Amino acid sequence: MMISDAIEDEDKWLAEGIAGIQHNAFYMHRALDSDNLREALKYSAQLLSELRTSRLSPHKYYELYMRAFDELRKLEMFFKEEERHGCSVMDLYELVQHAGNVLPRLYLLCTVGSVYIKSKEAPAKDVLKDLVEMCRAVQHPIRGLFLRSYLAQISRDKLPDIGSEYEGDGDTVMDAVEFVLQNFSEMNKLWVRMELQGPARVRDKMEKERNELRDLVGKNLHVLSQIEGIDLDLYKETVLPRVLEQVVNCKDELAQYYLMDCLIQVFPDEYHLQTLETLLGACPQLQPTVDIKTVLSQLMERLSSYAASSPEVLPEFLQVEAFAKLSAAIGKVIETQGDMPVVGAITLYVSLLTFTLRVHPDRLDYVDQVLGSCVKILSNKPKLEDSRATKQVVALLSAPLEKYSDIVTSLTLSNYPRVMDHLDSGTNKIMAMVIIQSIMTNQACVSSADKVDVLFELIKGLIKDLEGDSDDELDEEDFNEEQNSVARVIHVLYNDDPEEMLKIICTVRKHIMTGGPKRLPFTVPPLVFSALKLIRRLQNQDGDVAGEEDPATPKKIFQLLNQTIEALSYVPSPELALRLYLQCAEAANDCDLEPVAYDFFTQAFVLYEEEIADSKAQVTAIHLIIGTLQRTNVFGVENRDTLTHKATGYSAKLLKKPDQCRAVYACSHLFWVDDQDGIKDGERVLLCLKRALRIANAAQQMANVTRGSSGPVTLFVEILNKYLYYFEKGNPQITSAAIQGLIELIKTEMQSDTATPDQISDAFFACTLRYIQFQKQKGGAMGDKFDTIKV
Amino acid sequence: MVLVLAIGDLHIPHRAPDLPAKFKSMLVPGKIQHIICTGNLCIKEVHDYLKSLCPSLHITRGEYDEDSRYPETKTITIGQFKIGLCHGHQVVPWGDLDSLAMLQRQLDVDILVTGHTHQFKAYKHEAGVVINPGSATGAYSSITYDVNPSFVLMDIDGLRVVVYVYELIDGEVKVDKIDFKKTPTTTI
Repeated sequence: MMISDAIEDEDKWLAEGIAGIQHNAFYMHRALDSDNLREALKYSAQLLSELRTSRLSPHKYYELYMRAFDELRKLEMFFKEEERHGCSVMDLYELVQHAGNVLPRLYLLCTVGSVYIKSKEAPAKDVLKDLVEMCRAVQHPIRGLFLRSYLAQISRDKLPDIGSEYEGDGDTVMDAVEFVLQNFSEMNKLWVRMELQGPARVRDKMEKERNELRDLVGKNLHVLSQIEGIDLDLYKETVLPRVLEQVVNCKDELAQYYLMDCLIQVFPDEYHLQTLETLLGACPQLQPTVDIKTVLSQLMERLSSYAASSPEVLPEFLQVEAFAKLSAAIGKVIETQGDMPVVGAITLYVSLLTFTLRVHPDRLDYVDQVLGSCVKILSNKPKLEDSRATKQVVALLSAPLEKYSDIVTSLTLSNYPRVMDHLDSGTNKIMAMVIIQSIMTNQACVSSADKVDVLFELIKGLIKDLEGDSDDELDEEDFNEEQNSVARVIHVLYNDDPEEMLKIICTVRKHIMTGGPKRLPFTVPPLVFSALKLIRRLQNQDGDVAGEEDPATPKKIFQLLNQTIEALSYVPSPELALRLYLQCAEAANDCDLEPVAYDFFTQAFVLYEEEIADSKAQVTAIHLIIGTLQRTNVFGVENRDTLTHKATGYSAKLLKKPDQCRAVYACSHLFWVDDQDGIKDGERVLLCLKRALRIANAAQQMANVTRGSSGPVTLFVEILNKYLYYFEKGNPQITSAAIQGLIELIKTEMQSDTATPDQISDAFFACTLRYIQFQKQKGGAMGDKFDTIKV
Repeated sequence: MVLVLAIGDLHIPHRAPDLPAKFKSMLVPGKIQHIICTGNLCIKEVHDYLKSLCPSLHITRGEYDEDSRYPETKTITIGQFKIGLCHGHQVVPWGDLDSLAMLQRQLDVDILVTGHTHQFKAYKHEAGVVINPGSATGAYSSITYDVNPSFVLMDIDGLRVVVYVYELIDGEVKVDKIDFKKTPTTTI
């Protein structure tokens, strides 16, 4: 209620003030039209009296001021035309000082002063000096600020700058600088006067008003920056020190923050670079509540852009030791503002790091130094809990990753892992994922075991359980994603040199073994396949690598593989382990290492026997064993017999009859390998097929008994196809009579009363018969062979 | 004209970190009408990725697949063609053409798509066409040495199917094509 009343009142007063101005302006215009100087002065003074009010906030006062300003322009034009009023400008200057009240008097004086300078009847510097001193008479903050702002506005184009018409003997750019600096100082003093005191609501209102006025003060700095005669030396010797003096001495938080920011914005980056020490030196002298880190960040941001847009200035950066100075300044600020929260300090270093990466990307020592400073801040403090601070640390760590697409560069930063150590375990994992993501996106490759070690230390939050991990936070999906990321990254660790590659594999193994049963199923397979790829590379190399004491050999790697896959038994992960053992067995076969291959098969069988109980899993497992065994040719007769015997035995013992049947006829292929020196034991093939047939028969009978109808004839058709397979291959034990018999059997089964019609097996059979027909029509040897089979 | 992507044996993340970048940029959603996948993705992320390329996704189970619910075999009809899908580790001897022919007869399909060997194959036999899209990531295989990443795109148009095979050889994508025609009411 009260506030809206106050606003209403202000609007009323403003309206009154404007009315007053308009009223007096009317008469002033009449006076101007009739060239009546006395009347013009009288009414303009009255008009200007409206600006004597204390009742308006800056925002509203500005509106009043602008009206007055417009009227003063007309007055100025009148003053300039001496022939109209007959008064010399010198006399005019005297005359207006007779105005009754000080504020109107000074506005008029400034207006005449403008004309005076333009007339060149007096040196610009003298007039300016006089005016800037006279304005001291107004000490009310708002009125004073607007008055001096008026002075600044009208004097702007009349400064004795280099090359300006007002430059002359005794009128130099120094005078211009002096004038502006003085006006600036006085304005700042006035501004700071509006102290923030009293109850919160009053303070807030005052702060708002102060902010509304700040551009008036800042404008002076802008004017300074536009003075052409100010070169680097002048800036360095005079302008900057004076401005900073004012900024520091006013001891006002609002002013200091605004003016530092203004200073950085209006003057060229080149100047800042060359006056870095002075500029930075002011920072610790500012009030402790000033948000100096934003100021410093702004500065660093500007300097980074400067470097980015003009690469030719880079040597300058080195020459002025920009990095060292900034680094020291930040250190000082943090030291002085002892109670600065961690997030503030880290944010500063993030800015410095951004600067460093943009300006000196090749100076890894600088980058490491920044990280080192952060480590110092984070030490002696408990693990970060503040989420904003954590975010900043993540930003800090992500910056080098983004800059250097080659992860190895970031891995050389010795302080990088130390910073990571200070993150809480959740954020640590997030950061590890960021690192992996960066590697994958940039398609980077890590090719030395040392660097792999460093990398895995960095991502150890994903590799193993760390202290501080809370168990109940384990989200399964997140966990799987993390582990799959680790798995993926293992594939980018690579070196052409087998020795180094083996070292890499051992390093990875060392780390993943600490992962525990939950992680091994994810991390072991990629390591195993990495090792198998290495073995394949070595396969083609013959003999020992000259000079190597302990060369990488397939045998050594197989030993490693054995131990690695064994770890899966602690999970336990028998199905996965079985598959991996079989992969190794096949690889050992290709290396001609019979005992190694045999051992791997043994391991696989042991797992099958002891660990794989699920019947569906058993079916897949046995087919994998059979498939692998079928391809191995390294075994001597005895070993081969043992293994094939085992395979067939287990096949026949599967739970469901159809599964038994299929596994057994698959075993037939163990005794017939189609290459040149492959085994071709026709008899044992037939034995398998016959056994399969018996099982199929039993299956049919069982179905009859249990379901009242025989099952589909699919199994018989499958076996028929196998008979055809071997018949074609020339297995003498497979006769066309046997095939004929099978065909008849199938036909009978299909037509029997108890048969369940089945579209699929019917189609299958039809296809098979069609195939036989096709072969018959082939002619030649094949045609003859099939001739005896009647479909 | 129906475009069918045949792809499989990615083995992510066991044997490969990701699809080759050049393949990834070619496989864009909205261009393909069906995906048939031989299996061994191996993780859900890959399934989701394929699904994002095309909602009509058919997969059969590979022996390393995380999701054990994928079927062992699948038959789909697209246009005039019956297509059979099976990973192939179930068919012993692995990669044996005659044994695969038996599977083809069993499923009674015009085209059998199968994997496991990581080697691209496309050939015609009595029962029809067998296509092996190879391994899309060039993953290690105990059966095939020097695997080049590959996948197959089938363009089915009436009774004709054009099989495009994309292979990544020495960093460049090479394309080859093979034509097959089906005679009406009988298999190819």
